[in-house]
Amino acid sequence: MADLEIFRAETRAWLEANCPPEMREPMRHDDDACWGGCNFKFKNPAQKQWLDAMAAKGWTVPDWPKAYGGAGLSPAETKALRSEMAKLGCRTPLMSFGIWMLGPALLKFGTEEQKVHYLNQIARGEIRWCQGYSEPGSGSDLVSLQTFGEDMGDHWNVNGQKVWTSYADKADWIFCLVRTDKSDKYKGISFLLFDMTTLGVTTKPILLISGNSPFCETFFDNVKVPKHQIVGELNRGWDVAKYLLGHEREMISGGGLGEGMASIGAAHKVAAGQEPVLRADMAMFDVDTIAFRAHSERFMDEMKSGKGHPAAPNAMKYIGTELNKRRHELVMAAGGSDALEWDSRASNGGAKARGWLRTKANSIEGGTSEVMLNVVAKRILELPGA
Amino acid sequence: MPLYHTDDQAMLKDSAAPFIAEHAPVKHLRALRDSNDPTGFSRDLWKQFAEMGFTGTLVPESHGGLGLGHVEAGIILEEIGRNLTPSPFLTTAVAAVEALKTGGAGLRDQWLPKIASGDAIIGLAIDEGAKHRPAATALTAERSGNGFKLSGKKQFVVHGHVADMLIVSARTAGAAGEENGITLFAVPQNAAGLSADAQRLADSSLAARLTLDGVHVDADAVIGEVDAGWGILAKLLDAGRIGAAAEMTGVGGAAMDATFTYLKTRKQFGQLIGEFQALQHRAAHLYGEMETARSVVYKAQQLLDDGDPRAEMFVAVAKAKAGNACNLAVREGVQMHGGIGMTDEYDIGLYMKRDRGLNEFFGDARFHADRVAIMNGY
Repeated sequence: MADLEIFRAETRAWLEANCPPEMREPMRHDDDACWGGCNFKFKNPAQKQWLDAMAAKGWTVPDWPKAYGGAGLSPAETKALRSEMAKLGCRTPLMSFGIWMLGPALLKFGTEEQKVHYLNQIARGEIRWCQGYSEPGSGSDLVSLQTFGEDMGDHWNVNGQKVWTSYADKADWIFCLVRTDKSDKYKGISFLLFDMTTLGVTTKPILLISGNSPFCETFFDNVKVPKHQIVGELNRGWDVAKYLLGHEREMISGGGLGEGMASIGAAHKVAAGQEPVLRADMAMFDVDTIAFRAHSERFMDEMKSGKGHPAAPNAMKYIGTELNKRRHELVMAAGGSDALEWDSRASNGGAKARGWLRTKANSIEGGTSEVMLNVVAKRILELPGA
Repeated sequence: MPLYHTDDQAMLKDSAAPFIAEHAPVKHLRALRDSNDPTGFSRDLWKQFAEMGFTGTLVPESHGGLGLGHVEAGIILEEIGRNLTPSPFLTTAVAAVEALKTGGAGLRDQWLPKIASGDAIIGLAIDEGAKHRPAATALTAERSGNGFKLSGKKQFVVHGHVADMLIVSARTAGAAGEENGITLFAVPQNAAGLSADAQRLADSSLAARLTLDGVHVDADAVIGEVDAGWGILAKLLDAGRIGAAAEMTGVGGAAMDATFTYLKTRKQFGQLIGEFQALQHRAAHLYGEMETARSVVYKAQQLLDDGDPRAEMFVAVAKAKAGNACNLAVREGVQMHGGIGMTDEYDIGLYMKRDRGLNEFFGDARFHADRVAIMNGY
C-alpha cells in the first residue's frame, strides 16, 4: 500500500512537470484527439510533446510489458495513473485501435517477433490501424464473411470487400478477417495483418446521417499478404476475432463515460431550471450514468483480477451505448432549436446535432444491442436455445 | 481499493448466506405472517444474529461489536433481502448505530453494547407524512424543566411498537422544511405520553404510527447538539439508505434468480419459455440493471467506510438505482411467472411486496434522483 502511495505521488509530480497546459484542457473538437500514424498532422507542438513524453515513459500502454513499449505497471498502479491523469485533466495522449483492440489480441495470440515489432510501433503511435471485419452481407452474422485469401505458397491472394472500416482512409495497416477455407464456417477464417498501401487496396468514405464520414468501404483486388503476417493459427482467426471483439465492446461501452462522466444537468442548468420534466429526466439519467461509472470500475477491477465473466464486455457495451444515446437525446432536448443548426458558427458547425446522430451507431457498431442481449442471455444467463 | 469483496468479506458472505437461508428462509416470513405474530420479527432469531456477531457489525470493538463497515453490513443485508427475513437489523444495527456512535458518550455507552448483544431494538421516528421528507419535521420539542417536551406525530416507524428506544427527530427551532433547527432525541419505550399504533403493511411487516403527547425527556436524551441534529440525522439516513439499497440487491437478485430458473423449466407451445427471444432480451436487460445497481451499492459502501466526501452523492445514486433495478426485477418476475406469479403460494409476489416497502423506506428513487440533481447544482 505504501509503495502504491509513493508511486501515486511520483506519478502526480511527473504529470505536473511533463503534461503541457494545452493538454490539460477538455477536448472540444474531433481534431483535438491524437491518433498517431504515418500521415497524422499534429494540431500543435504540445500534442506531439505529450505523446512523445508518455510513450517514452511507456504510459501510452502502461500495463503492457516493457519489452513491448509499455511500463509493466500492475493493475493497481495503472488505476492510480489513470486517476491522477483524470485529476489533472490530462488528455489521453494517443487514441488508437492498436491499443484498444489489436494490442490485446497480439498479446494473447501473437508470436514473440510480432509482439516486439507491432506492439512497440503501436505504443509509440507510429502506425495507425483499422479493422476489417464487417462485409456488405455480413453484419450481425459476421461469421458468414466471404472475403477470400487464396493460398499461393508464400502468400495469400486476397479478394473481397469490407464495409464500416473506421478511418480506413487514414489508417496505415489493417487487421482483417479473411476466409482461408470455404468448407468450414467458423474454422475457415484467418486473422491477417497488412499494409494499406499494398497494391490492390482501395478505400471509399461513406457519407453518414451526421454529414461526416468516419467509415469507409474497403476493396481488395488481388492483394498479396505474406504468410508471416497471420496472427494465431491458420483457419482459427475466429478465436482471435472474438477475443478482440470483447475489447472493442469494452471500448465502445466507454461512450457512456468519457465526457459523459459529468452530470448532464450540471452542463445544462438553464434548461433544467426552466423545464421541470426535462430536469427530472436528467436527474434519472444522472443516477443511471453515475451508477454505470461505478459498474465500469468494478468491471475493470474484476477483469484485471480474472474474476470477471468472459462475456461481461457484451453487457457493458449494451448498457454503455444505450446510455450514451440517451445522453445525446437529452442534449438535443436541452438545446432546443439552437441545437438543430447544422452549419452555423454559433453551433460550432452543428456539433450537437452531428454528435447526436453519430451516437446512433454506438448500438450498431461492434455488435448491435440485440446481439449483445443474445450473447448475455446465452453465455451469462445460460437461457435455453439462445 | 478494487471494487469487489476482499477475502475476509467473501468469508463473511460464506457464513451469513447459509446461516440466514437455513434459519430465516421465506417460509419463516410466512409463518410469522400466517400466525399474525404481534412482534413483526422473531426475537429468537435476533438473539442468534447476536451470537453470530451480526448485530455488532458496525458497533466499535470498544463497545462489544466487530467494528466493521458498511460493506460488511451490506453483505448481511443482501442475505436478509434474498430471504425476505423480517429483522430489525437495518434500523437497529445499521442506521441507529451510526447516529449513536457520534451522538455523545452517554447514549453511546448506554445503547451500543445492548445493540451488539441483541438486547435492544431501536425504532426510527423520522417520517411524518406518507412520503420520506426528513427536513419537513414539524413534531415540536419545547424546553421544559431540565429537558424537553415532545409533541406531534410520526409514521412508518418500523418495529416502533416493540422498540426499546426510539430515535425521534423533532423541531427545536426554525420551520418545517428547514434542515437547521432539528434535534434528535432518544426516547425510551415507556415514556409517558407516547403511544404506538402498529399497522400491518403490504409486505407483512409491522410499522407504527406514533403519537407523542407532551412526552418529557431529560436533556441527556439529546443525540448530538440541540438545533443541529441534521448532521447526525444525515449520517443515520445515509447508513439506512445504503443499507436498504443493499437489501434490495438481495430482494431483486433473488427475484431475478427465481425468474430465470422459471424460464428454464416452464414449457409452452412445446418449448421452454426461456427460448423465446422476447423474454431473453428482457432477462438480459434486467441482469444488466441489477449488476449495475450492485456495483454502485459497493462503491457507495466503500466511500462511506473511507469517509470520502463523495459518499453522500453515491449513496443517493445507489438508493435510486437499486430501487429502480429491484422494482424492475419484481415486476418482470411476476409477469414472467404468468398466472402462478399472482398466487400467494408462489414466493415471487412476496418479493414484489418487500420491494415496494424498501423503495419507500428512506426515500424512493425519485426523491434521491432529485437530491442527485441538487448536489450537481441543478
